[in-house]
Amino acid sequence: MAIAERPPPTEAVTPRLSLWRLVWPARVPGRFRRTARVPWIPIAIIVVIVIMAVFAPLLAPYSPIDQTLRDKLLPPAWMAGGSDKYFLGTDAFGRDILSRLIYGARVSLLVALLALTAGGGVGLAVGIVAGYVGGAVDSILMRLVDAAFTFPAILFALLLAVTMGQGFGTLVIAISLLLWASFARVIRGEVLSLRQRDFVALARVRGCSALRIMVTHILPNVLNTFMVLVTLNIGVVIIAEATLSFLGAGIPPPTPTWGLMISEGRGRIAEAWWVALIPGIAITLMVLSVNLFGDWMRDRLDPRLRQL
Amino acid sequence: MKPDMRGETVLEVRDLHTHFFLRRGVVKAVDGVSFSLRRGEVLGLVGESGCGKSLTALSLMRLLPKGGAQTIKGEVLLNGENILKRTPAEMREIRGRRISMVLQDPQTSLNPVFSIGDQLREAIERRKRAPNVEVMKEAVAALRRVDIAAPEQRIGQYPHQLSGGMKQRVVGAIAISGEPGVLIADEPTTALDVTIQLQYLKLLKRLQAETGMAILFITHDFGVVGRMCDRVAVMYAGRIVECGPVRQIFEAPQHPYTRALIASVPKMTGPVGRLTTIEGQPPSLMDLPVGCRFASRCPLVEQRCLDAYPAEVRVGDAHTADCWKVTPA
Repeated sequence: MAIAERPPPTEAVTPRLSLWRLVWPARVPGRFRRTARVPWIPIAIIVVIVIMAVFAPLLAPYSPIDQTLRDKLLPPAWMAGGSDKYFLGTDAFGRDILSRLIYGARVSLLVALLALTAGGGVGLAVGIVAGYVGGAVDSILMRLVDAAFTFPAILFALLLAVTMGQGFGTLVIAISLLLWASFARVIRGEVLSLRQRDFVALARVRGCSALRIMVTHILPNVLNTFMVLVTLNIGVVIIAEATLSFLGAGIPPPTPTWGLMISEGRGRIAEAWWVALIPGIAITLMVLSVNLFGDWMRDRLDPRLRQL
Repeated sequence: MKPDMRGETVLEVRDLHTHFFLRRGVVKAVDGVSFSLRRGEVLGLVGESGCGKSLTALSLMRLLPKGGAQTIKGEVLLNGENILKRTPAEMREIRGRRISMVLQDPQTSLNPVFSIGDQLREAIERRKRAPNVEVMKEAVAALRRVDIAAPEQRIGQYPHQLSGGMKQRVVGAIAISGEPGVLIADEPTTALDVTIQLQYLKLLKRLQAETGMAILFITHDFGVVGRMCDRVAVMYAGRIVECGPVRQIFEAPQHPYTRALIASVPKMTGPVGRLTTIEGQPPSLMDLPVGCRFASRCPLVEQRCLDAYPAEVRVGDAHTADCWKVTPA
C-alpha cells in the first residue's frame, strides 16, 4: 500500500477528535484529492436562498401579502410592459413576485429543516435499533415501516390537513410521516451489514453495552448515509411542501410558499406565465443544487475516499 | 517468563455445552469441553472448520451469536469464579478487563470512521477516567508497546491508512489495554501474510511475557501451534479428543484423529507426493453418534467404539486422550 509508505502528515495528531471531524476532515495540504470538485455553483445557489430566507424582511422590496390591484399581472422588468418597480413582475393580486419568492424560501426551508429533523431523526433511530437489536423488535419496526409505505402519502397529508386544520404544524407532521420510513429502511440495511463486522464484536468483547455500541459505533458509521439521505431528501421535502401547498393542504394563503405561488399562477399560465414559472424555476434550482451538494457530500464524507 | 508467574490456574472450563436450538433440531456445536489455562501459558485449540473452536471461545466471553445458541451446561471458572452465573451487567465489567479477545480479520476489527487514537481511547477510558492529554499519552504508549513505528503520527490516522499487520497490532493493543488475565486469540494470523504472521506471533509472545496473561490460541495451523503454544487441545465434533504438551502431541500423538491431522500436514522434507487426507466427513452436529465421534473415519474402529463414548485416558504427564485404543500410562 503506497499510502503507508509516505511520511504521515504532521498535523494528523489531533488530541481530541470528535464527530466534527466527520463533517470537516483534516485537510492535507498539497496532496492530490480524488474526491469530486467542490460544487461551487450549487453551494452559491443554496447560500443565496438561505440568505433570502433568513433576511427576508430586509431583502424583500415589498410586503409579500399587501395587494396593489392597480399593478396586477405585470410582467418581469425586462419584458415589454414590465415595470422597474417589480423586477420579477406581479401576480393576479398585484403582489410583488420577488418579495413573495423571498418570503417563500423562508417557509420552504423551515419546513425542510423541521421535517428532516423530525422524520429523519425518527427514521435514523428506528433504523439503528431495528438493525442492531434484530429479532422481534426488527420485525415489528419493519412492519411499521412497510405499513407507512402503503399509505398514499398525499392522501394521508390531505386527511391530516382536513382533521387537524391547515397550517405549518400539520405540514411538518405530514412530511415527517412521509420521510421516516424510507430513512429507517435505508439505515437499517446499513446497520445490518455493520453489525456483522468484527469491530462491533470486539466492542462487545471490551464490555460495551448495546446502547453504547449503537451510539458510539454504529451511529457514526451510518452518519455518512444519513447526511446523504438528508441532502437528497431536502429536494423531496421542498417538492412535497410545494405539492401540498399547491393542493391546498399546506400553509393557508396568503402566506407565500413556492408551491402555493405555482398553484395560484396555474390558471393564467397562458397570459401570465411568469407567475407560475418563476417559483417553478426557484424550486428546480433549489432541489438541483441540494442534490448536487448531497452527491459531493457523500464522496467527501467517505473516509476511504477522503485521502486517496 | 519469571518462574513464579506460571502455575496458578486462571481459567478453567468444565464440561461446557453450547447448543444451537433450531427449528430443524439441536446442533451440538460444543458438547462437553473441558480444559484449563494457567497464568503465562498458551493453550492451542486446534481442529478443523466447524468443530466448535470459535464457539467455545464465544461461550467463554458469553457473546454467543443470535439465533438460538445457548450454553446449557458447564462451568467457566475465571479465577475460580463461575462467570456463567454473572449478570449481563457484571459480564460487561469482566469483558475487556479480565478476559479479552482478538479476532481473525483485522480489516473489519477496527471502526472505519474513528481514528486509531479514538479507538484506543475508548478502551483506555473504560478502565479509568483521566484528562484527555494523559489518555492520549497512554494511547501512544500502547501503540509503541505493540511495535508501531511513529505512534504519535499513527494515532491520528484512520484504519484504512494502516496495513493489515499494523491493524492487527492495534487490535492487540486495544485488547490488552484493560490488562486482562486471559486473552482469546481466534486465528489472529490467518488473514496476515506469512512474514507478518511471524512478527505478530513474536509480539504476542513478548506481550505475554510482559504481562503474564494466559492465551487461548485458536488455530488450524500446526506450524503456528508449534511456535506459540505450551499445550495443545485437539477438538473434534464439539469435544476435545486429546490434550497435552506440544512436544508430546507432535511426537507421540495418541488419538487417531490427532495422528491423522498431523500426518496431513505437508512435510518440507522428502519427496513431494500426494497430501495425506482423512477419509470421510465429520458427523453432523445435529445427529451425533452415541459412540466415539471419530469412529466412522477411524482406521482402528472396533465395536466398542460405536457403542459408547470412550472415557478420558491419561496417557502421560498432563496428556489425555479420549480413545478406547490408547493404553494408559
